[in-house]
Amino acid sequence: MNTLTDAWDWLADASHWAGEDGIWHRLLQHFVLTVVCLVVSCLIALPVALVLGHLGKGGALAVNISNIGRAVPTFAVLVLLLLTPVGKWGEGPTVVALVLFAVPPLLTNAYVGMREVDRSIVRAARGMGMTGRQVMFHVELPLSLPIVLTGVRIAAVQLVATATIAALAGGGGLGRIIAAGFNLASTPQVLAGAVLVALFALVVEGVFEVAERLAPRWARDVR
Amino acid sequence: MTAPPDDCLARNEWICGEYLSTRRHILLDAVFQHLQLTAVSVLIGLVVALPLAVLARRWGWAAGPVLAVTTILYTIPSLAMFSPLLPVYGLSESLVVAGLVLYSLTLLVRNVLAGLRAVPEETRQAARGMGYGPIRLLLTVELPLALPAAMAGLRIAMVSAVSLVTVGAIVGFGGLGNLIYVGMNTYFKAQVLTASVLCVVIAVVADLLLLGAQRLMTPWTRAARG
Repeated sequence: MNTLTDAWDWLADASHWAGEDGIWHRLLQHFVLTVVCLVVSCLIALPVALVLGHLGKGGALAVNISNIGRAVPTFAVLVLLLLTPVGKWGEGPTVVALVLFAVPPLLTNAYVGMREVDRSIVRAARGMGMTGRQVMFHVELPLSLPIVLTGVRIAAVQLVATATIAALAGGGGLGRIIAAGFNLASTPQVLAGAVLVALFALVVEGVFEVAERLAPRWARDVR
Repeated sequence: MTAPPDDCLARNEWICGEYLSTRRHILLDAVFQHLQLTAVSVLIGLVVALPLAVLARRWGWAAGPVLAVTTILYTIPSLAMFSPLLPVYGLSESLVVAGLVLYSLTLLVRNVLAGLRAVPEETRQAARGMGYGPIRLLLTVELPLALPAAMAGLRIAMVSAVSLVTVGAIVGFGGLGNLIYVGMNTYFKAQVLTASVLCVVIAVVADLLLLGAQRLMTPWTRAARG
């Protein structure tokens, strides 16, 4: 319990919040990093998954790619990129490593969501004379939206937590507070950093929860 | 003065046979530590997860809290996961193992519970009608039928653990992660690439071994499909 109060004291200290190494700055870095990676991964994964799911092709690849992705350590990818020419672009290696981490689960979830749409509805839509594109955007996409959004939510929370690894390779974000705590052998600081990351992850989870509550109505309007 | 040796180590190339032959014992030690950390964590995770899942299945009210806690644990992986345990274990091997146990626990509890829940009610009633007691029902009917789902969870947990051990490098116990960490600081390309590739190889081999074990343990799933 003593360590918890020490961690609380560390967080309560105003000097830890200000400046280049301060919590506010690290929080902002973490937020920007997560949002950029999430947007880039969604832009890559979702169109591919939606088209593959619509066509019903490449299923084995789409489902297995997340298993393969899990076997590749993000930390190893990050360090490998750091030693290549990509390493010279500041946050480049971190963004690429995190995108590679987030794309497989996004792809798998969106593909599964598209395939789980009731086939009889799709056939009915075709029978009504809808084109492939109309079926995809007006039938399959709205119906699979909950599963696709769940995939995005899982990816976002995992990105928040995994973005801490960037600090091991000198990147920014809340992981720096944890890494610095390990280097200083300051348990309160490590704990404070972990609490901040966990809180951030829970906030992201909450935001998606609210968004999902609002989404069905919006999806119904589109249809 | 002798000229510096002009081999792939001196040129700092990505792929280097010289590295493999001269640093063989370092690599083997790291692989051994990696395997040890992974195996111990997943085994402890399994030993803890089984009773939790069985209890959650038996008493419906326990399922909610058990799943909620393990899900929260899952949202704080790797680096952040090691930190809250630091006050308890200090900078040690147990810290890495404890973090990985908590992580694999989530996957295992969820999958074992899903497997137990998928056992058809008729099957359980048939066994009860044949005079099976609750323990015998669990051991000889429910658990074997839950095996495919449980093994799927075990495979995911194992593969995740292999890749997460690398993060343990921050406390100095990361198996191959240590080599990657040191290689990053010294700009040693061959070491980083070799260790990364070995990580993936370990994960794939472990996955295939578990898949093989699953096939051997559940011959009826193959018969049903074929």
